[in-house]
Amino acid sequence: MFTEYIFYFLSIMALFSAVMVLVSKKPIHSVLFLTLTFFAIAGHYVLLNAQFLAVVHVIVYAGAIMVLFLFTVMLLNLNNDERSPKPVWVKIMAIAAGGMLMLTLIGVFRGYDIKSAHDPLTTQIGLVKELGRILYHEYLIPFELSSVLFLTAMVGAVLLGKKEQIYK
Amino acid sequence: MAIFILYKFLLASIILVLSLLVAMYSTLIERKVAGWFQDRHGPNRAGPWGLLQPLADGVKLFFKEEFMPNSADKFLYILGPSLTMFIALLTSAVIPWGPDLVINGQAFPLQMADINIGILYIFAIVSIGVYGIMIGGWASNNKYALLGAVRASSQMISYELAMSLSIITIVMMTGSLSMRDIVAQQQGFHWNIFYQPLGFLIFLICAFAETNRSPFDLPECETELVGGYHTEYSSMKLGFYLFAEYINMFISGAVMATLFLGGYHFPFIDKLGLSPNVFAFVSFMVLFSKITFFGFIYMWIRWTLPRFRYDQLMRLGWKSLIPLAILNVVITGVVILLNK
Repeated sequence: MFTEYIFYFLSIMALFSAVMVLVSKKPIHSVLFLTLTFFAIAGHYVLLNAQFLAVVHVIVYAGAIMVLFLFTVMLLNLNNDERSPKPVWVKIMAIAAGGMLMLTLIGVFRGYDIKSAHDPLTTQIGLVKELGRILYHEYLIPFELSSVLFLTAMVGAVLLGKKEQIYK
Repeated sequence: MAIFILYKFLLASIILVLSLLVAMYSTLIERKVAGWFQDRHGPNRAGPWGLLQPLADGVKLFFKEEFMPNSADKFLYILGPSLTMFIALLTSAVIPWGPDLVINGQAFPLQMADINIGILYIFAIVSIGVYGIMIGGWASNNKYALLGAVRASSQMISYELAMSLSIITIVMMTGSLSMRDIVAQQQGFHWNIFYQPLGFLIFLICAFAETNRSPFDLPECETELVGGYHTEYSSMKLGFYLFAEYINMFISGAVMATLFLGGYHFPFIDKLGLSPNVFAFVSFMVLFSKITFFGFIYMWIRWTLPRFRYDQLMRLGWKSLIPLAILNVVITGVVILLNK
């Protein structure tokens, strides 16, 4: 009963801040609302008894990625007057494309019975022990390969940053 | 159940008041220590030995004029210091302050929440701790404040990495992410600092950087940035920023004592044959003295070392601490495997 209220509170918070990301005039406000959305989603993870996922979600998204976003936006000091106004037809196209995506998603999910395979009160899937066992036993190779992928991306980023010095 | 909720409520209030009280008197001790280091008296006018000085400072801050820059982002300007204070107070929830109290045969743990991911919770709080500074610095609409905020964010991100890597070794040795288990493993004199001296050193340095204490106080570097991220703040909003720093010192001292110095454990304390509640009290005092020791180290270093230059800070973080921390992880892994 009590968790139901929390669920509705978090859902409303997530949806509201997600809409505010788009509506806000200042880029900084958008970034901060996006952070709020991430916190609401982390709250949902806790409701699903997945504390580990919730905390990692906060560390990675709110603590690292969004701080970098904020850092970049602050460093460039973007202001709302510098953003060129979009022509009307672009806005109409955007609404049409977004609406079609939403229709497709509704069509897809209407056919399914969206019930979790796990009872949120008893499931252990989001706890660190279970997650670790699954990642290091069943999905060991994909897990290690994805870390190689990250390493490649990092090396690539460094190389792009140093390009001019290398080819001089 | 009702008693349990009441107890948790009481414990939370006590921890809150304790953190605030400790932070308040840290300001006095900091100035006394500075006086001692510089061969002068320090504050000694308000009350005996200047004991009323923190109160006088607080009253002064409250009665200062509340000033808000005309071009500031009003909401974020107020949110900045509030968020800093709020986040600073959050960490204490997972720290075990002592062994269980026993009242009428019922055990009451001296810890707000024994979640199974205690360490990660602390990381989450540390990683979002920078928001208050960034929001405040940006909302002031002042270039010095903005520079301070940008510095704070890049410094925190850089040192967070080495900090988490130095903790991984503790997690590997303990096999648990719960703060309670980590303390329980260090019973007696099996403190983690003896097994992980390098990890402790890295964590200590990173803790200085994360709390923005000298020699890592570049976000508020007076010589270059006027006042850094709180240049435009006055009255109690400035007070919140300054106060949050002392709360962070207290809490980070508690975290370090818990992770590396055995928490509330002390050699031979269990041989004294104390009753459970006295035992809990003595253990808490042991933990508190360890925290005080870290508080003194913070002050000692602040009044001894000059501030780093920005490039030195980045080089130390990325080129020394992170490789050392990774090396430490590898060595610990190998030793654990060999001892299996």
